[in-house]
Amino acid sequence: MLDSGENLWLGLSPSPLLWLAITLLAYHIGERIKAWCKDAAWASPVLIAIVIISVLLLVSHTNYKTYFTGAQFIHFLLGPVTVALGVPLAENIGHVRRSLGSMIPALAIGSATSIVSGYFITLACGGSLPIALSMAPKAVTTPIAMALAQEIGGVPALTAVLAILAGILAAVAGEPLLRFLGVKDWRAHGLAAGIAGSGVAAAQVAGRDPLAAAFSALGIGLNGLVTAIAVPIFVALA
Amino acid sequence: MIAGLLVLVLCQLFGECAKSVLGLSIPGPIIGMFLLATILVVRRRSSESAKTPAGVSKVSGALIRCMGLLFVPAGVGILTVLPLLSGQWIATLVGLILSTFLSLVSTGLTMQWINARQPKDMSGG
Repeated sequence: MLDSGENLWLGLSPSPLLWLAITLLAYHIGERIKAWCKDAAWASPVLIAIVIISVLLLVSHTNYKTYFTGAQFIHFLLGPVTVALGVPLAENIGHVRRSLGSMIPALAIGSATSIVSGYFITLACGGSLPIALSMAPKAVTTPIAMALAQEIGGVPALTAVLAILAGILAAVAGEPLLRFLGVKDWRAHGLAAGIAGSGVAAAQVAGRDPLAAAFSALGIGLNGLVTAIAVPIFVALA
Repeated sequence: MIAGLLVLVLCQLFGECAKSVLGLSIPGPIIGMFLLATILVVRRRSSESAKTPAGVSKVSGALIRCMGLLFVPAGVGILTVLPLLSGQWIATLVGLILSTFLSLVSTGLTMQWINARQPKDMSGG
């Protein structure tokens, strides 16, 4: 019965276009709210858009699959934008090369901290093993995180959501938190955003400073490589 | 502009092919990102004046500016995992928040601390 109802809805409405439009509108509203809040970091357009759309889907009894038929056109651009991060990376290659000595230890420590603390804190708070396993790879870019979750017995869909929520958190809190601790270096801000919050946090720092954009791109790429190797080893040991 | 988009998509395509041919676990777009950066760096080194081609620079700038939007569809996927999270919200949120903050802080402080010990780095560029 539910099935036929869905088919009717799909048949009657230009549903993909509708959900595409709603996604753009929700993000636009998010950006306006951020502007009203004088660009406060906590007014995240990504989070606002996700909340608006989720409420609309729940209220209209629309399932995620139907929503995605429209939203996939936006989702598809994640590939090209990841490639596009190669541009700030190349334009700041001189800075990157000079910072290798500090970047490699920071990468190793940040990446390991994310995996180990995510897993153990979740378990310590009474979370189930599948949730802890889904948490371990959450800091890396969504496709790597999902593939890793699959491999170690986590839930890929949950890891994707955690990866985005971690990105929102890092985008919202990263800059104030690091400034509070006295970190002024844009290279450190960029790398930390890329490692702890991948794309969503990188999008935030990329708008603040081109050097931060370069280091966040590098953080995403290198953390992806390190985590892809480290997570299966960690899970085997834990 | 079109040529720029073509370059991005070709890099991604190459990344996807390299991934499946070599059996790598790294996603195609990440391979594509390193490929594009390598091409741009080599190109600039071959002739001093060569900058990033205008088309590539324009398209990538436009995409990066609206990058947040692109994560919304996957983020709405939270609806599909709600049943899994029932009764586990506190553990999930505490784990997520603390580990993200710890990772941010450990990365940022390590990098700043080492950079501060190498004063010659600061004058570069």
